[in-house]
Amino acid sequence: MQTDKLIESLAQQLTPVRPLRAPLLRALLWLGVVAAVGAALIAYRTGLHILLPRIAQPRVAVQCAATALTAITAIVAAFELSVPGRDARWAWAPVPPFLVWLAASGLGCLQNGLSLHQPGGMAGESPGCFGFITAVSVPLALGLFWMLRRARPIAPLPVATLGTLGVAATAAFVLEFFHPFDVTVIDLAFHMAAVALVVIIGISIRRVLLAVD
Amino acid sequence: MPTDDIPQARDRVWAELMRAAQAGDRAAYDRLLREVTPMIRSLLRRHCSNPADIEEMVQDTLLTVHRIRHTYDPTRAFCPWLASIAWRRSIDALRRRMRVARLETSESVDYETFPDPAANSDMESVHSSEEVGELLRLLPPRQRQALEALKLRQMTLAEASAASGQSVTALKVNTHRALKALRALVAGRER
Repeated sequence: MQTDKLIESLAQQLTPVRPLRAPLLRALLWLGVVAAVGAALIAYRTGLHILLPRIAQPRVAVQCAATALTAITAIVAAFELSVPGRDARWAWAPVPPFLVWLAASGLGCLQNGLSLHQPGGMAGESPGCFGFITAVSVPLALGLFWMLRRARPIAPLPVATLGTLGVAATAAFVLEFFHPFDVTVIDLAFHMAAVALVVIIGISIRRVLLAVD
Repeated sequence: MPTDDIPQARDRVWAELMRAAQAGDRAAYDRLLREVTPMIRSLLRRHCSNPADIEEMVQDTLLTVHRIRHTYDPTRAFCPWLASIAWRRSIDALRRRMRVARLETSESVDYETFPDPAANSDMESVHSSEEVGELLRLLPPRQRQALEALKLRQMTLAEASAASGQSVTALKVNTHRALKALRALVAGRER
């Protein structure tokens, strides 16, 4: 087909469309809904009595803030990069908070003398953290990708990577409210393995998640 | 992809035309696509020198613009949005070409015939159009549709996409899978 004929045919098929809202607004909408549901869940199941005594330590406070920031920046970046013409540097936005999250958690392991289990923690709890992060990530990812696929991203890889990193970091942040003891080496390994697993699965099935042809 | 050389005034006109197109104005959309096509072509020329490939990428870019026209934000510049679609389509086309080049080898023996008819028998395992039709019916519907449109009716990718509703990428993938499945079916018959 000649390009002229294609243009003619596309113009004939044209139907009105409603432009997508700005990516930042859509990201804030998703984060707002998740924050509201998460707050209700925490209030109903545990309250703040688990987190508050731990967060009094500056290192734990930094760790929690960095986890939340990783989630927020990754989600905003995924929405930004789901539409064409946005600054590709958005892909790097979650890197600094993620490194701070790793560093603060790693420092905690060092302070705890690299012991495998905290005095307050029971043996065998780390797999539970792994299960929590992966299980909570699933509904979060379904909601997120339902919104992201509306943009029909032309570059699905960065969108899927950032989106899944965002949901896994959100799940890890929620976990802090249910985590009665400080992070240990084995705990940190399980947390990061869960985040990596969620991201790898998301990347593997990105075409399905984002409805790419 | 740099777009600094695109005058701002022209960008404003195109942004206005795209805004009208999103509202359903066909004349504005027709004019916009005709005006941006030379720019898309010149952007793609930086990555590819084959005119036929460039034209295919131009058409692929136009189809993508049509499919995701709702993602253009009317409050922002138009050219970066368009250029990033063209850039992505050219990367996808180059990757596809590299994948195909890795998988395919030319076999000159396929085109040779020999005086003794029996010597040609390995090229003649499918004898009639009925047999071809029979094999095609065994393929999944979307693969059959892609193969018939592109290989039997000799349609271009854009024509086949418009006729079948499948995207250009889906057509290419389904044709590749259909040929692979046909090869396996023919090999099965020979055995």
